[in-house]
Amino acid sequence: MLPRHRVIGLGIMLLLLLVAPPFLSSFLLTLLTQALIYGILAMSLDLILGYTGLASLGHAAYLGLGAYSVGVLTTRHGANFWVTLAVGLLLAAVVAAVFGLVALRATGVYFLMITLALGMVIWGLAHRWVSMTQGDIGISGVPRPDLGLPWSLAKGIPFYYFSLAGFLLALWVLWVVVRSPFGQSLVGIRESESRMRTLGYHVWLHKYIGFIIAGTVGGFSGVLWGYYNGFVSPADVELATSVEILLMVALGGRATLLGPALGAGVIVLLKNLVSVYTHRWLLILGAVYIGTIVYAPEGIVGAVRQFAKGVKPEPLRSKA
Amino acid sequence: MIRHVVALGLLVLLAATPSWAQEPIRIGFLTILTGPLAAPGKEMENGIRLFMEEHKNALSGRPVDLTVLDTGGTPAGTLAKARELAEQRKVHVIIGPLAAFEAYAIAPYVNSQRVPTISPSAAADDLTQRKATQFFVRATSTSTQPTQPFGTYAAKTLGFKKVATIADDFAFGHEVVAGFQKAFEDAGGQVVQKLWPKLGTTDQGPYISQLRKDIDAVFIGFAGVAALRFLKQFEDAGLKGKIPVLANQTAVDEALLRNMGDEAIGVVSTMHYSAALDTPANRKFTAAYRKAFGTDPGYYSVGAYTAGLFLKQALEKVRGKVEDTDSFLQAVRGVAIADAPGGPIRLDRHGQAVHNIYIRRVERQEGRLQNTVIHTIEGVSQFWNYPEAEFLKQPAYSRDFPACRFC
Repeated sequence: MLPRHRVIGLGIMLLLLLVAPPFLSSFLLTLLTQALIYGILAMSLDLILGYTGLASLGHAAYLGLGAYSVGVLTTRHGANFWVTLAVGLLLAAVVAAVFGLVALRATGVYFLMITLALGMVIWGLAHRWVSMTQGDIGISGVPRPDLGLPWSLAKGIPFYYFSLAGFLLALWVLWVVVRSPFGQSLVGIRESESRMRTLGYHVWLHKYIGFIIAGTVGGFSGVLWGYYNGFVSPADVELATSVEILLMVALGGRATLLGPALGAGVIVLLKNLVSVYTHRWLLILGAVYIGTIVYAPEGIVGAVRQFAKGVKPEPLRSKA
Repeated sequence: MIRHVVALGLLVLLAATPSWAQEPIRIGFLTILTGPLAAPGKEMENGIRLFMEEHKNALSGRPVDLTVLDTGGTPAGTLAKARELAEQRKVHVIIGPLAAFEAYAIAPYVNSQRVPTISPSAAADDLTQRKATQFFVRATSTSTQPTQPFGTYAAKTLGFKKVATIADDFAFGHEVVAGFQKAFEDAGGQVVQKLWPKLGTTDQGPYISQLRKDIDAVFIGFAGVAALRFLKQFEDAGLKGKIPVLANQTAVDEALLRNMGDEAIGVVSTMHYSAALDTPANRKFTAAYRKAFGTDPGYYSVGAYTAGLFLKQALEKVRGKVEDTDSFLQAVRGVAIADAPGGPIRLDRHGQAVHNIYIRRVERQEGRLQNTVIHTIEGVSQFWNYPEAEFLKQPAYSRDFPACRFC
């Protein structure tokens, strides 16, 4: 099991997330909700980026698939939450299965480029399939889900807890996956694909299944995102969004699951809070990225771990 | 004795003034200050800053607290900033946003939060048509408000028969072309080719070489810097002077014009404003703007300035009592200004401005390029001369509607 101090740390974080809402302004609360949803997306990317070692530049596609499922089904067909959830997850899984067939032929920078191209296919569809997606204008007027609970999810606090529940569920699913023998073999593949192959593992199939799980969980975050914003547009599936998710994972710490969620929180809060106070917010964000890469190449969680072990984090140096 | 009476009178007056009179009116301003639309976003901010300076940061006797926020040019960012303004800053009114996709993202939200919102720039037609909401009004044209009359003008007055169109591949570009095409074809013209370079395309060459050779004119619908490159490459291709260029409201906007050269001369365009418009109100406005920023005002700055005028008139009508949301909203929706920089302007029952549309030609005057007004169409509504009910029954203008029958 987990070491004791980490259990305590996680417990405190969870407690903070549980009791914070009544003390926060509604604006901060919506940002925190956004951070949770992006956290799910970043964690799902971590499964393939951190644990399997495959950098994908098309992960926003799954966010978009989930969000567009919500947008189209609720505004056109008045579908309820469970229908949109099922369709969103299924669509993301199917698309990930198809994209995986194409993308997993390659590794490294080629994998990066193929996923980028596939992500742009989804963007192109969102932009050009006007009869379905309303093109560049996007779909607005998505109502908040009605789960038959005594609290209306249209309000900030209930929706926050709803997103928190979704976040914990996604965390649990991904945690079970990475702790399983299957997850361990993904790490093995990351470390040495050829050795795993010699040991008799079906490397490609492992990567393929990991890719589909990541896509499906990404689709789940998209479903929440659609309901959270009440709005879906091609901007959600742009390359810029995919890059942002990558940065969240790198900032938080690869292969740590909670790290990327933390990275998502930091970026969402920085982006939205700093830009209120200064128009030079992109500079500050850039400085944070560079600072992380130079001084904490293993991300926030990596730096904390090293600090706990008493090892001074070593600044990045050229290995020449 | 008299002094005492005056002092006493002042005291009574002060005591009688309700407490809200000292509370500032909080205005949220949403613009884009980073990314590809940052330049127009800055112009927009200039417009409102000039307005506030002219009014010494006070309207209807109350100080004004203006918060300018950068949306980053994404729908989600705009929504987050609208939330910040409505929930955190508790603003009484929002002026913004810049782009159509941003406006679509926040319109349902501001309506549910009951924050009156005046758009100074975001032009998407449907926001004041099929998807109109109570709390959203517009101090500028819809996308097609200038291009529909222009279509009629191009067919009837300029006598063009066959026209090709080329425009940015996003909502605004789709709409301006669609409006032009509808009116142009209804007046007997034919749109024979429609090209859509992706927004941000750096090289327009491949599109220019695709242009058909049998056209009478080309209509361009660019929102940003694409127009700069297009006109330059159009001249390089040897087409300037051979094929006349018609432009939408933003392609030869004053903000871009100052970076253009002789290649722009002769371009005929359509808009609800021109910095060269010779009216007393506009002479005053352009003089003040030039003094403050050293450049001519254009689409984005005049929109923000006019939104300021809307706000001022509505506040005067409710005597500064902006807290009474219902009567304030009613006052905003009933705005009618006789002498805005662009001429008379009023709101129709959908919250959309009805105003003059000017046909302009780019000329060089006193060494700099300007949009000389060559024709004025007065009191143009968003429905042009189509019956409103019939207009609203047809599908919204888009990339695919009206279909290209003559392509």
